[in-house]
Amino acid sequence: MSKSEFDIEIIVDDPTAPEPDSPAVTDIHTVEIVVSLMLLALAVMLGIDNWRTGASWDSTGPQAGYFPFYLSVILGGASLYGLVTTFLARRETSETFVTRAQLRRVMQVFVPTLLFCLAMQFLGLYVASFLLIAGFMRLVGKIAWWKSLLTAFVFTAIMFVTFDVAFDVIMPKGPLEAAFGR
Amino acid sequence: MEAFGLLMHGFVVLLTWKTIALMMVGLVLGIFVGVLPGLGGPNGVAILLPLTFTMDPTSAIVMLSCIYWGALFGGAITSILFNIPGEAWSVATTFDGYPMAQQGRAAEALTAAFTSSFIGSLVAVLLITFLAPMISSFALKFGPPEFFAVYLLTFCSFVGLGREAKHKTVISMSLGLLLAGVGMDTVSGTLRMTFGSNELLRGINFLVAVIGLFGISEILLTMEERLALRGHAAAISLRVVLKVWKDLPRYWATLLRSSFIGCWLGITPGGAIAASFMGYNLAKRFSKNPETFGKGRIEGVFAPETAAHASGTAALLPMLALGIPGSGTAAILLGGLMVWGLNPGPLLFVEHKDFVWGLIASMYLGNVVGLVLVLTTVPIFASILRVPFAAVAPMIVVSCAIGAYAIQNAMFDIWLMLGFGVVGYVFKKIGIPLAPFTLALVLGNRAEDAFRLSMIGSGGSMKVFWSNGLVGTITTLAIALLFWPVLDKAFGSIGRLLRPAKA
Repeated sequence: MSKSEFDIEIIVDDPTAPEPDSPAVTDIHTVEIVVSLMLLALAVMLGIDNWRTGASWDSTGPQAGYFPFYLSVILGGASLYGLVTTFLARRETSETFVTRAQLRRVMQVFVPTLLFCLAMQFLGLYVASFLLIAGFMRLVGKIAWWKSLLTAFVFTAIMFVTFDVAFDVIMPKGPLEAAFGR
Repeated sequence: MEAFGLLMHGFVVLLTWKTIALMMVGLVLGIFVGVLPGLGGPNGVAILLPLTFTMDPTSAIVMLSCIYWGALFGGAITSILFNIPGEAWSVATTFDGYPMAQQGRAAEALTAAFTSSFIGSLVAVLLITFLAPMISSFALKFGPPEFFAVYLLTFCSFVGLGREAKHKTVISMSLGLLLAGVGMDTVSGTLRMTFGSNELLRGINFLVAVIGLFGISEILLTMEERLALRGHAAAISLRVVLKVWKDLPRYWATLLRSSFIGCWLGITPGGAIAASFMGYNLAKRFSKNPETFGKGRIEGVFAPETAAHASGTAALLPMLALGIPGSGTAAILLGGLMVWGLNPGPLLFVEHKDFVWGLIASMYLGNVVGLVLVLTTVPIFASILRVPFAAVAPMIVVSCAIGAYAIQNAMFDIWLMLGFGVVGYVFKKIGIPLAPFTLALVLGNRAEDAFRLSMIGSGGSMKVFWSNGLVGTITTLAIALLFWPVLDKAFGSIGRLLRPAKA
């Protein structure tokens, strides 16, 4: 089979990829126990709240808390079952939940996202987006400053035109938009 | 044929320049979404949903469903060219697709994938065209007990037939149903599970949860991987396309078998993932020389792709006919229906003929247009992969934030999205399935209403769920499915006792 005349090669590098031999931070066994405990606590909390709302019957039929109360019981039961089976399972066979290098990469995207959500409240969505994209491309992706700034500007501008101008979807805005009277 | 006439009417609704343009936009966006890492069918549809808020429902659903078809097509490009399955249901496509690409037969493999996707969808759409109106007119006779029984059937089949640990499916489902109940109770007006918070009064919006669970968490998961890739993208010449199409009739059995599996698993909430693997495995088992599978056999591309797409499309059947989505993406489309002010359920076929038949017609047209589009533009879309993930990731985050905020104009929803992102990341890593959660969250209120209305009607007696043949059958079936693994084992051992082993 001959190759066709139009052929492009695609190569993408990942300069900040996590190393494969990084030590584990925690294993799935531990996380499962923690999550089961949290779900159990949630089930108890919601169960009590629904019991207070009223989980029995009155003249019109089941009360508002009836359906969710029994769901809390089911959720609690399933979490408890998960907790017990995880405890009984042998820990040595458990796989890694996340390695240190992986966690660092996940945090590299999670922390900027968190800051972006915070910044959005003060600077508005569009300015915050510009900062997030430019900063992330430069600091995490090690992409040249001019490329990062240009990409961020073009993307934010397209978003602004699409949502604010064309589709009238209102987003949180900050001082910059106010200065332009939008 | 009444359905045929209505379908023709649907095409008339559809054939305006505006709708065709929206369809193209949807398909292109969808292929984008399918090709990019860290995005997929459900995320793409969820993130782009806010774009449609100001459209009329027919244009909106046409665009969204085209995003979905596009994403299905796009997933095949990355799995064949780069051995990166964009979606879980594309995994089986890589088994033979990638070896074919390495042997320089990428164009052939891509043509096979796109063509079989097209065939799979077409079979499922035909099924929808003729079966959905029948089911919905039958379901018009349903009262609250019947509806509750059908919801119960959906939930129970997830638990009984799902491949995950049973208690994890139950956790995911009960959590979804609980969160659906947060806020004002629709029957009595009482507040529940709000813990005095004004923000929780509105309840937890389904779409916000989906954007967090699928969009944000997917980025966190993608970042864990090494994101380097290497591969070739070649244009598909007409000669190759015709060559593959000429051979197509030889594989009719595989295509038919996979379509059938896909339709069946799509209607029951088994999903496209199971369908694609089953299609592949059965093609291998029925083959005369199964050892050649996995080394670049074209049949190994036909089988999973046909099944995955038949299933993805058939998942829309129960959504249209009964208001019960058969997959995660169908659940999001259902969430869209509610935003546009339509009430999902069997009445849709009566009250919104234009909408339903416009959607069904768009499935035919979208698949034809999509097939032509992907066959001609593969190199362009493959080169999107040159864009580094460090540029794509923050753009996805921004799109998610826009989507989450636009639904109710609430800053609280942004934090909720972030919270669900973390929950989704942890749940995926410890194997708690997200599809039951999504389904429970979107159906929760209606399931509860149906339950309470039947209870009020019967004066609190559970016997109402066995009060006539129909509802009794559905309820019994639901309970049987819930305990399916136990029953399966029991029947198996009885069978062995009755028939002494021969071998």
